[in-house]
Amino acid sequence: MYSNGYIFRYAAIMVILAAALLSLAAVLLKPFQERNIAIDKMQGILSAAQIKGVTSENAIPNFNKYIVEELVIDPEGNVVSSYDKSPKQDAPAFNIDLKAELYKQGKHKPYVLPLYVAEKNGQKIYIIPMRGVGLWGPIWGNIALSSNFDKVIGVYFGDKSETPGLGGEIKTPKFKNQFIGKTIFNKKGQFTSIEVVKGGIQKLPPPQRVHGVDAIAGATLTSNGVNNMIKDVLKLYLPYIKKHS
Amino acid sequence: MSTENQEREPLFSPKNMKLLTGPLNLNNPITVQVLGICSALAVTAKMKPALVMTIAVMIVTGFSNLVISLLRKGIPSRIRIIVQLVVVATLVILVDQVLKAFVYDVSKQLSVFVGLIITNCIIMGRLEAFAMGNKPWPSFLDGIGNGLGYGLILITVSFFRELFGSGTLFGYQVVPQSFYHFGYENNGMMILPPMALITVGVIIWVQRYYKRELIEK
Repeated sequence: MYSNGYIFRYAAIMVILAAALLSLAAVLLKPFQERNIAIDKMQGILSAAQIKGVTSENAIPNFNKYIVEELVIDPEGNVVSSYDKSPKQDAPAFNIDLKAELYKQGKHKPYVLPLYVAEKNGQKIYIIPMRGVGLWGPIWGNIALSSNFDKVIGVYFGDKSETPGLGGEIKTPKFKNQFIGKTIFNKKGQFTSIEVVKGGIQKLPPPQRVHGVDAIAGATLTSNGVNNMIKDVLKLYLPYIKKHS
Repeated sequence: MSTENQEREPLFSPKNMKLLTGPLNLNNPITVQVLGICSALAVTAKMKPALVMTIAVMIVTGFSNLVISLLRKGIPSRIRIIVQLVVVATLVILVDQVLKAFVYDVSKQLSVFVGLIITNCIIMGRLEAFAMGNKPWPSFLDGIGNGLGYGLILITVSFFRELFGSGTLFGYQVVPQSFYHFGYENNGMMILPPMALITVGVIIWVQRYYKRELIEK
């Protein structure tokens, strides 16, 4: 039998050793992890703008090449800061924590929003990052709009824990490609967002089909999450869009 | 152990090899001991996460067995479960951090399941049943063997689930597009967790058909 003193000493030393080891690992690996997170973000942004051939190896040079400006905008649609130098990952907009800003927005506190401007074949593309809730956890994404904000160039989605094969399908090209060419404003210039329609867009009257995409069968709640995310986030950018289109 | 005074045992003696290969078949942690079912359901919808999970679990079972076996003479028995948990948790967090640093996209897919290796009953089971009473090298082999045995089932299950559920293997399309034109559809049921349970059940059935000695009286 071991004495109580021994047990306490044993436990204390073991816990301190484990803590030291883990802190060391966390500190040593942090630069790699942050780089991966930044690269992942860049890939998402470029993917929404339909820039192909971006891998984790060439994401940084491609991002610096295609993204021409990164803006921080306030709720009234004014540009707070603009950044067009390299490296682009040092921009204030790139380092905005959208989750925190949306939380502030929900609490009616002042907030700022990031906006990325890419240039492809001489055309400006505006890329808006989004964040929302899926069925099991957060979902996020980017939506790329054409230079006068009327057409969707492309989208990108990611999720923390949606069901693989059901909600997880929002990440597949099959779902994302549906958004290309859809519009977020109707003919009268009213904001319509993009509706993710359960049962398919053929349920909508024909004039509205340009504002809708098919939901994923069996993933109604994730589809609703995507629907709400696009609507809620784009709404916040409307003042800026109104001023610049 | 009786080998203490004998001549040095070769590293891969028949007895040690048995530790490594036993869990693959007759002593499989999933199909025979029926441990670790929960994570087997969660990560087997696609093959790639199943493979990475296998490697992660193998590393954790192997090294936690090794560490516990090295410490076994000093661990106060009253807090041994806590000690085991701390060792396992430390290893799991390390694996998670390394995955995040070097294979970020895979770690994104596995998300919470790497963290949940801590709760995998196979690991604690092997620590209690083997590492607490055996020398480090056999314990390490036992851990690796059990990780492999777990992974074998995981990969088999994910093979069938991905093939029939998504028509792909490791993300590559294997069911030809022409099949879909003739009305073939991916079976959405295969993607849902209950089908993992049924697939595991079928594997147990097949295994017991060939290994009659496993059938309970």
